[in-house]
Amino acid sequence: MATLAAVLACTHHPFYYRASQAPEGERLPQADEWVAKVEAYRETLTRARPDVLVMVGADHFHQFFLDNMPQFLIGKAPFYDANYYNEEREFGLPRMLLRGDEDFSAYLLRAGLDAGVDFAFSNELRIDHSITCPIITVRPQNDLPIVPLLTNVFCPPMPQPWRFVQIGKLLRELIESYPRDIRVAAIGTGHLSLELGGPRQFGPHGPDPEFDRRAVDWIARGDIDAALKNVSLDNLGDPGNATHGFMDFMLMMGIAGGVPADYADHLDLFHTMEAYFTWYPNGVPQSDIDA
Amino acid sequence: MSKYLLNKFLYTVDRDPELVEAYRADPYGLVARWEAEYLSDLTGVDAERTTWSSFSDAESDALHNHDYVRLFEMGAHPFLTLTLFIALFERDHPEPLSYQRRYAQALAHITLPHPDIAT
Repeated sequence: MATLAAVLACTHHPFYYRASQAPEGERLPQADEWVAKVEAYRETLTRARPDVLVMVGADHFHQFFLDNMPQFLIGKAPFYDANYYNEEREFGLPRMLLRGDEDFSAYLLRAGLDAGVDFAFSNELRIDHSITCPIITVRPQNDLPIVPLLTNVFCPPMPQPWRFVQIGKLLRELIESYPRDIRVAAIGTGHLSLELGGPRQFGPHGPDPEFDRRAVDWIARGDIDAALKNVSLDNLGDPGNATHGFMDFMLMMGIAGGVPADYADHLDLFHTMEAYFTWYPNGVPQSDIDA
Repeated sequence: MSKYLLNKFLYTVDRDPELVEAYRADPYGLVARWEAEYLSDLTGVDAERTTWSSFSDAESDALHNHDYVRLFEMGAHPFLTLTLFIALFERDHPEPLSYQRRYAQALAHITLPHPDIAT
């Protein structure tokens, strides 16, 4: 059976790539601190020695629009082209090509359907920065096959927060029952408080630092019950109009199983807070056996 | 009023560099062209064009005037509006993020709850 070697949940900040590449003199004041935190976080994945990455993210009106909007979709393709023209334009993100693991995708689709979750699927999927940002930050060599899972955190009507947790818990079961001797890391990205296209965007901090403080605490403690008790589809717009992306953090808390994170860090940036969490469901890897 | 159709406009223009430039240069001309060529397109097949959708006068006015405040108030998806308008006008505001902050200030009168974006 597969081993769930690590679960990573983090924000995806499309400005990181450009910020980390900028030459001296053009760098953001926080760029060096940001890069240091990302590099430390990358090590938490490296230590887990994964063979395959299950990547949870959201399509930002790229391949999916309001004429065809899946709630939860699993990609099943041999390869995934990545990043879109408007992400190159706005964020300077590079074109990428990621390898897929079709057998694992097929397994998750079949087993998910049989367990009562009617996942949508795609055999020709171009992925965007919700998945390429964590590749850039925690696996920049882009050498591992992926299984992408996209969620709708953008377009009402969205699934309820509890459904994200439930999907996460199911994914944990499915990954651990996959009959192949591989080490799997599940990596998902979401948001803390975030405003896009509204009056609170691009401020000196995230739009609701108090929400961020509480959300970081729920995630770090693995307190699914507190998160579920405090957030709803209706109130997630209050901390910022794009804060529904927090539900992808809740999905990852579901995969991690409601236990405290083995690694937790955050960085207060302009516009939004960055946050990085890692769980090791089968124990913290020992550094002396690092590959 | 069709939030869906406004979003379809923002979505299809934003993803096409030629349409972005045309919308910046001549919003009346591009809206008319979009209504003729893109509004009813669903599957890419001419025989399958949608037969029933159109902009209201208020929607056309907002698009003609590059009026992102009005689009926000109408419930157009704020992510789509922001992304397109950064492509249109950030270049005129060279100080990093100054356009985005100016954009936020223009929406400062908006209080919670924000206009409903459900389609």
